[in-house]
Amino acid sequence: MSTAVKTNTLTLVQAVTDGMRTMLREHDDVLVLGEDVGVNGGVFRATDGLQSEFGETRVMDTPLSEAGFTGAAIGMAVNGLRPVVEIQFLGFVYPAYEQIMTHASRIRARTMGHYSVPMVIRAPYGAGVRAPEIHSDSIEALFTHMPGIKVVCPSSPYDAKGLLVASIEDPDPVIFLEPMKSYRSSREEVPEDKYTVEIGKGKRVMEGDDVSIFAWGAMVPVAEKAAKEMAEQGVTCDVIDLRTLYPLDKDLIAESVQKTGRTVILHEAHRTGGVGCEIQSIINDTSFLYQKAPVEYVTGFDTPVPFFAYEDHYLPTSNRVVQAIQKVVNF
Amino acid sequence: MENQFPMKQWIDEEGNVVSEEFQENVTEDLVKQIYRQLVRIRTFDRKCISLQRQGRIGTYAPFEGQEGAQVGSAYALEDDDWMYPTYRDHGATMTFGHSLKNILAYWNGRNEACVPPEGRHIFPPAVPIATQLPHAAGTAFAEKRKGTKNAVICYFGDGATSEGDFHEGMNMASVLQAPVVYFNQNNNFAISVHISKQMRSKTIAQKALSYDMPSVRVDGNDVFAVYFETQKALDRARNGEGPSLIEAVTWRYGAHTTADDPTKYRDQKESDTRREKGDPILRVELYMKKQGLYDEAWVKQMKEEISKEIDQAVQEMEAMPEANPEDLFDYVFEKPTWTIEEQKKAYFASLERGGM
Repeated sequence: MSTAVKTNTLTLVQAVTDGMRTMLREHDDVLVLGEDVGVNGGVFRATDGLQSEFGETRVMDTPLSEAGFTGAAIGMAVNGLRPVVEIQFLGFVYPAYEQIMTHASRIRARTMGHYSVPMVIRAPYGAGVRAPEIHSDSIEALFTHMPGIKVVCPSSPYDAKGLLVASIEDPDPVIFLEPMKSYRSSREEVPEDKYTVEIGKGKRVMEGDDVSIFAWGAMVPVAEKAAKEMAEQGVTCDVIDLRTLYPLDKDLIAESVQKTGRTVILHEAHRTGGVGCEIQSIINDTSFLYQKAPVEYVTGFDTPVPFFAYEDHYLPTSNRVVQAIQKVVNF
Repeated sequence: MENQFPMKQWIDEEGNVVSEEFQENVTEDLVKQIYRQLVRIRTFDRKCISLQRQGRIGTYAPFEGQEGAQVGSAYALEDDDWMYPTYRDHGATMTFGHSLKNILAYWNGRNEACVPPEGRHIFPPAVPIATQLPHAAGTAFAEKRKGTKNAVICYFGDGATSEGDFHEGMNMASVLQAPVVYFNQNNNFAISVHISKQMRSKTIAQKALSYDMPSVRVDGNDVFAVYFETQKALDRARNGEGPSLIEAVTWRYGAHTTADDPTKYRDQKESDTRREKGDPILRVELYMKKQGLYDEAWVKQMKEEISKEIDQAVQEMEAMPEANPEDLFDYVFEKPTWTIEEQKKAYFASLERGGM
């Protein structure tokens, strides 16, 4: 008898659906709610087929009301359910931000552990898909700065399912960011059964000795592309997909920088106060004397994520990453 | 519109029974228990103001004048129900069984008050305005899904009705047909802003029409009317008939908090007049006297017991060991992240090196 794991070839968004389906099957207390998640299966089809399989009380279309349904999910979570909320685009989370900041993030602390909020807030995020304004915001730092919230951001189908399952099982609130641009850009073998990818652990996606590149979400393929170009010039890069933005994988960051001595941080979010600054802070704490060059940043600008006619100027490209790599190598 | 929501009363300001309804439910025992609770929370409230003045607790939000609304509504709950209070509803939480010591501790900056007593579902007081309304809808929905007969009561003030979360919460509850009672204490002021500047509608009760939700306007200083109307709404919730809204019209005699000066925004004579005519406790006393239920010896003994209970709670609060800084770090996540562990370790190391 074969013991091979049964897999399916899935895109990232299909892996997200598979993760929810797996958990809806596994636990009766898991439910999915948000705008258009039911009959329509979500604007990106992330919840496609779930309502017909699990019914309207498990996969619920809600009013157009981010604060209302996020707040209701908080009330459900403190009373034994495990809601998975879909925010249609991360840029629409602002009305619910108060609910997350003033309640979800601190109920456990306020009640000394008496109440907890085991909920997941899923949101597609990021630019590069020619979406209208506000739809492309990349505001992960608003959440990494928020105490009591974990922030997860997969870049591949396998990780998307494993991290989503881990997020739903997590006893605390998790913001689960799905890179819109990566939703259908690649496919990967994803196990049919339940498995988890540990929250808080990054992954080395390319091995190299000269420069460490830290990225997440839709920027991981950009980092890989730049690393491949540099490899042709004889410079090898350690490309790290951080996967979780709070808490960051300090050990992996330190290990990589201590090996290479040079760092390029890549994110599409605005530069100032971004997660990149926190990575640099970890490098200072753990690996100051290993550094052979100052840390280079390739990021979006401190401007609103622009209308899409300007998107290609805003989004980091592999060219900009190559230039940054050259800068740290030639320092 | 105002005519569609007449103010419900059971006893008037002179203590006369003005409604035929519920007469048989009003036993001597009920009257005495409710009266005792009213006196208990007023005594506590006054004690808190005095403790604040003496610097023994921090800023405090008084509720004097609103006792009828808080006791009447909380008294209608069953043990397994849920309560979502605001920062002015500790009279309601006390009535529902919260510990006096912990409520005092809350006003002294401690987390303990947010931990409900064993067997009680009392949520921490909501400090932002109206954000608890969606929670109550969700919690009530979870009870409905479990198939229980438990209901949720959610408190908020008149100012809260201007917030988006009020409407989002009411709408969610309506769509979910959640067993929740939204209990508004309309005390006429959102800190300093009079209700006439808060909204153009003449009643809060009418706002429920938009959500196809039953609502009622009740004299919030008539503890019995509040009790009966809340009971009716809770019964509807338990019977699967969905959410409802109660507007309890009342008045706070004092400041918004002890950090505020109400003479800046209103004529205190109005508060004095309301205290003389229509006070929730005085009204029950007049009723009891008319019914021959007012026993001075009993009242004296009751007041002594209450005063002892409160003094005891103050002593217990003041005898609490100093706030433990470990508590800062240990409850953020079920399992602390490395960031919090490192910060905690570094902080305690610095304490050892040189104190705070």
